[in-house]
Amino acid sequence: MLYIKCPHCGLRSQNEFAYGGDASVKRPELNKEISDQEWDEFVYLRKSPRGKHLELWHHVSGCRQWIKVLRDTSTHEIFNTYKSEEKVG
Amino acid sequence: MQKYSFLSLIKNAFSGHKGWEVAWKDPTPKKEYDVVIIGGGGHGLATAYYLAKEHKITNIAVIEKGWIGGGNVGRNTTIIRSNYMHDENGLFYEKGMDLWRSMSQDLNFNIMFSPRGIINLAHSDAQMNAYARRGNSMRLNGIDAVLLDREEVKKKVPVLDFSDNVRFPIFGALMQPSAGTARHDAVAWGYARQADSMGVDIIQHCEVTGFDINNGKIQGIKTSRGDIKTKKVGLCVAGSTSILAEMLNMTLPIETHLLQACVSEPIKPILDHVVTFGAGHFYCSQSDKGEMVMGGDLDGYNSYAQRGNLPTLQHVLTEGIAMFPFLSKLNMLRTWGGIMDMSMDGSPIIDKTHIAGLYLNCGWCYGGFKATPASGFTFAHTIAQDRVHELNAGFRLDRFSTGHLIDEKGLGTKTWIS
Ligand SMILES: Cc1cc2nc3c(=O)[nH]c(=O)nc-3n(C[C@H](O)[C@H](O)[C@H](O)COP(=O)(O)OP(=O)(O)OC[C@H]3O[C@@H](n4cnc5c(N)ncnc54)[C@H](O)[C@@H]3O)c2cc1C
Ligand SMILES: [Zn+2]
Repeated sequence: MLYIKCPHCGLRSQNEFAYGGDASVKRPELNKEISDQEWDEFVYLRKSPRGKHLELWHHVSGCRQWIKVLRDTSTHEIFNTYKSEEKVG
Repeated sequence: MQKYSFLSLIKNAFSGHKGWEVAWKDPTPKKEYDVVIIGGGGHGLATAYYLAKEHKITNIAVIEKGWIGGGNVGRNTTIIRSNYMHDENGLFYEKGMDLWRSMSQDLNFNIMFSPRGIINLAHSDAQMNAYARRGNSMRLNGIDAVLLDREEVKKKVPVLDFSDNVRFPIFGALMQPSAGTARHDAVAWGYARQADSMGVDIIQHCEVTGFDINNGKIQGIKTSRGDIKTKKVGLCVAGSTSILAEMLNMTLPIETHLLQACVSEPIKPILDHVVTFGAGHFYCSQSDKGEMVMGGDLDGYNSYAQRGNLPTLQHVLTEGIAMFPFLSKLNMLRTWGGIMDMSMDGSPIIDKTHIAGLYLNCGWCYGGFKATPASGFTFAHTIAQDRVHELNAGFRLDRFSTGHLIDEKGLGTKTWIS
């Protein structure tokens, strides 16, 4: 069982959360000319690192906020959690 | 190479089984090879075998960081099928079915192929319609498919819950009678033994740590046991693909996720087919030893740990018990996990890359065991001829940017929910 510290609610079990994937992926800016390459990178390409991974989780059975979690993909250790708008690093 | 037969078994029994030769050697890596295959899983070994057999290239090394069969080839639930709707997948996997049927003879190794049929349950009229469509697409590609009604399912699998008060009543099913299971370790060992006998070096406990690329061309690889020169490298590392891609400065349309499976204690024969739940993700078959072999959803977050987590198992087994109430009485014998190279459309990639001499084989998701022979066959062709085979022509790396996805389930890019 993973235990995730929601920045709004505190420590909760993974059962209350839904996963949202790599949080470092940025949607291309609105109202800008966007190349196919940029869309490809945004929609399909993922680093999928072994080690530290900043990712989105949705506290869906709690406060329903999206949060960011810094987690190790090989040990599953969670280093830190952040509010969605918080700057990381 | 010593031939395995009934006669050789008797002969060796009389000499106390001391006369068996090793199945494959343990060579030290040479300085240079014509082709290096990275990854000694099913796909890597099959690729080496078909390179030697079909293309007469035998100066090959298969480089494996652990041991043969220690990856997903030895961790899967052994389901073999070709019940796909899209032509690219259907025709590719059906080629695989042909190779599966003759594999024990071809490899002189009993891989225990058991075409017991797969039954995909449907729990609504809409699902029956969707299965009818899929079945028709399959039959157009020459793949066997039968639509079963509720009574026919009941005859084939009486232990399913057919009572009236279930949340997902069984309306019927789509069956592929020629689908089945095989012994996964035997597949790895069978390919390894034959490849070795044709001159392929199978090098275990040797990790690839880097690549030597010059002017956009592969020159060699770096390993924990020294540098090896080669002009052609085939990548067959399944769940570790993104790690090697990073060494190559490539970002791929795949993510690595964790999948678990489990077996119950052995019981007397009760289930003759492979059966899948249609209202969630659970599947089950009974092994020759009598264990119920079960699996389902991914753990649901990026992971390189070959070790799972209990909430997913509980979720998967809840579905299992909804289908087969008797499962609740059984003890669990063993659970385990493997890491999956989940592609963004659920279909594989077998292609050349922008680096000359570097070939990519990945994106197998949780269905790559059944692909083993067809993957090896087409990848060997791609490497030997430096062009794709017609059967893997759709499995292009650039199909994501060009929009030619092969999306069987239409689930989109959230790989962890597919
Ligand atoms: C629980 C589970 C159930 C599954 N069930 C099914 C099923 O029922 N049907 C089905 O068709 N598929 C199933 N699969 C999927 C299937 O097992 C895989 O898609 C398939 O085995 C992947 O190909 P492979 O055999 O070549 O991979 P692997 O056996 O994983 O081979 C890759 C090899 O590369 C090696 N490697 C990695 N990095 C390096 C490096 N740097 N240097 C050298 N070597 C390296 C690894 O050690 C490994 O041995 C399942 C998988 C799991 C985990
Ligand atoms: Zn919360």
